[in-house]
Amino acid sequence: MSRDANNTLSRAGGIAIGAGLIGAAVVGGALASGMRRGRSPDDAPGRTARRGFGEYDVSGRTVTIRKPRAEVFRAWREFEKLPQFMENVVSVRPGDGEGRWRWTIRAPRGVVELETEVVREQENELIAWRSTDKSEIDTEGRVEFRDAPGDRGTQVTAIIAYKPPAGEAGRAIAKLFQREPQIQARHDLKRLKMLLETGEIATSARTADATRKAKMEEA
Amino acid sequence: MRALTWHGTRDVRVESVSDPEIINPRDAIIKVTSTAICGSDLHLYDGVIPGMQSGDVLGHEFMGEVVETGASSTLKKGQRVVVPFTIACGGCFHCAVQQYSACENSNPVEKQDMSATLYGHPMAGLFGYSHLTGGYSGGQAEYVRVPFSDVGPIIIPDHLEDDNVLFLSDILPTGWMAAENADIGPDDTVAVWGCGPVGLFAIQSALVMGAAQVIAIDHYPHRLELARKLGAKIINFRETNVREALMEMSGGIGVDAVIDAVGMEAHGFAIDNMLDVVKQKVGVGADRASALKQALLAVRFGGRVSIPGVYGGMTDKFPLGALMEKGVQLRTGQTHVQKYLGDLLAKIEDGTLDTTFLISHHLPLEDAATGYRNFKEKQDSWTKVVLRPGMEAGAAGASTTRTMEQV
Ligand SMILES: [Zn+2]
Ligand SMILES: [Zn+2]
Repeated sequence: MSRDANNTLSRAGGIAIGAGLIGAAVVGGALASGMRRGRSPDDAPGRTARRGFGEYDVSGRTVTIRKPRAEVFRAWREFEKLPQFMENVVSVRPGDGEGRWRWTIRAPRGVVELETEVVREQENELIAWRSTDKSEIDTEGRVEFRDAPGDRGTQVTAIIAYKPPAGEAGRAIAKLFQREPQIQARHDLKRLKMLLETGEIATSARTADATRKAKMEEA
Repeated sequence: MRALTWHGTRDVRVESVSDPEIINPRDAIIKVTSTAICGSDLHLYDGVIPGMQSGDVLGHEFMGEVVETGASSTLKKGQRVVVPFTIACGGCFHCAVQQYSACENSNPVEKQDMSATLYGHPMAGLFGYSHLTGGYSGGQAEYVRVPFSDVGPIIIPDHLEDDNVLFLSDILPTGWMAAENADIGPDDTVAVWGCGPVGLFAIQSALVMGAAQVIAIDHYPHRLELARKLGAKIINFRETNVREALMEMSGGIGVDAVIDAVGMEAHGFAIDNMLDVVKQKVGVGADRASALKQALLAVRFGGRVSIPGVYGGMTDKFPLGALMEKGVQLRTGQTHVQKYLGDLLAKIEDGTLDTTFLISHHLPLEDAATGYRNFKEKQDSWTKVVLRPGMEAGAAGASTTRTMEQV
């Protein structure tokens, strides 16, 4: 990621930080054209704008978790444990080299493999990653950690930019399976919140073999 | 185990289903000794609540004995507990400020989107009340899996009978919170619409809180009689012009506080076609929220409006002008049961509150479908039905079913 790209993003009012990391094609395309033009100077996060980000699907979501910032950061930083609350992530293992991780993710047909590299990390504040060329999908994202007002804990914001597999058709299938990143990211964040605030992830199943987790593992 | 299951509009059956299991560390399994049918169960019975699935186990008012505990439960086997109908984690922001019925973590994540679409925020988990609120198996069953068992259930001392404490699960704290939301002072005249279980407990609570006068409004003679026995004055709206009567009975000032314990009654609503349903039912549609509309006109300027009655969708011809111009205070919401349990148990123990007057029938769990039908169709005499899983089928004869005359 170039420093310039990051500055462009800042000037654009924090629009689509994920998309900004993606590189010249997107920065030069969607961001420069549709996204900066006509943008009124309000204080809303760019990801809540009423327009798209070209071929990239950018979504972001914030939850407040009633735990200290360092604890929430740690929970996210232990990549190998992310499958605890990221439903579609089968596993995360160390990849080739420092800061690289191999992800196995459930997809509409089987699994996809993904390698990410951490492109920026600030202790207790921020983790940003992007997929490497060894990945089957093109994605990047970042998660930010801020103190919530008073004793409300930590505000966690996850922003994910993602190029849907096989265009619109791929996205339609992904949606059908409730595995579209936008929904998934929202649900995963809420599961992280449950895990940290309650020590478990709520289920209304009556028997252990009927939980969502058990059914997904079975499938 | 045996359980009362939902299969469609006015189709509930007692059948055999899988026993519940401990799944999460904070879970406990309760063997149900008493469980009640609630007015809001009739909304499910009438098929007007979306998000129901065939085979769902109903019931959100229950108590029993702890028979199994997860590693992090603080309960012990053999303890008797009453379980709040609202499932709350104890650890989220809303639980921290004692708004337990808004718990952010009790409705499973994948079930939250439906109610978030409807209300802007997801609802918390409730027992036995549709997949909008989690799809948890309810308490009209032999056994129940109770999540967050270290936060919700309250331990009951042995000298109190089930009938004395069962209603801590919902309707007693709901009536109490309704009165608390009406912010009652010693000079106040309080009007309560609806003498169902919640209305009656709101009346009792308002009197305990020291209201000068509580006026109960209904049309069922027996229910009005129960209200009068509690110490309320009564108005039969079939025979009296309610608004005029309330003005006269409050010395021309208007009532200080109003409580709508009626709610949406059995009118339909669904996520997609709420407005259409209203239009289709113009005849009944005109009555929707009628108690609330009347209450808003009856309350004095600067008065308080409390809504414990359950509403799910939208309403039309709402007197918004009266609401604004009169400067009233409006308070609503599902009950934060966990907040009230300790105080209310103490008030039951010292005799300040008695809840047994309400119970008209005890039935075996096996006869639950009969209970639903009669509770729905004979509202005047079937004021509250308590189901007992241990009781033999068909045992609800004269010996076990208290008739109205005995109450
Ligand atoms: Zn109830
Ligand atoms: Zn909570």
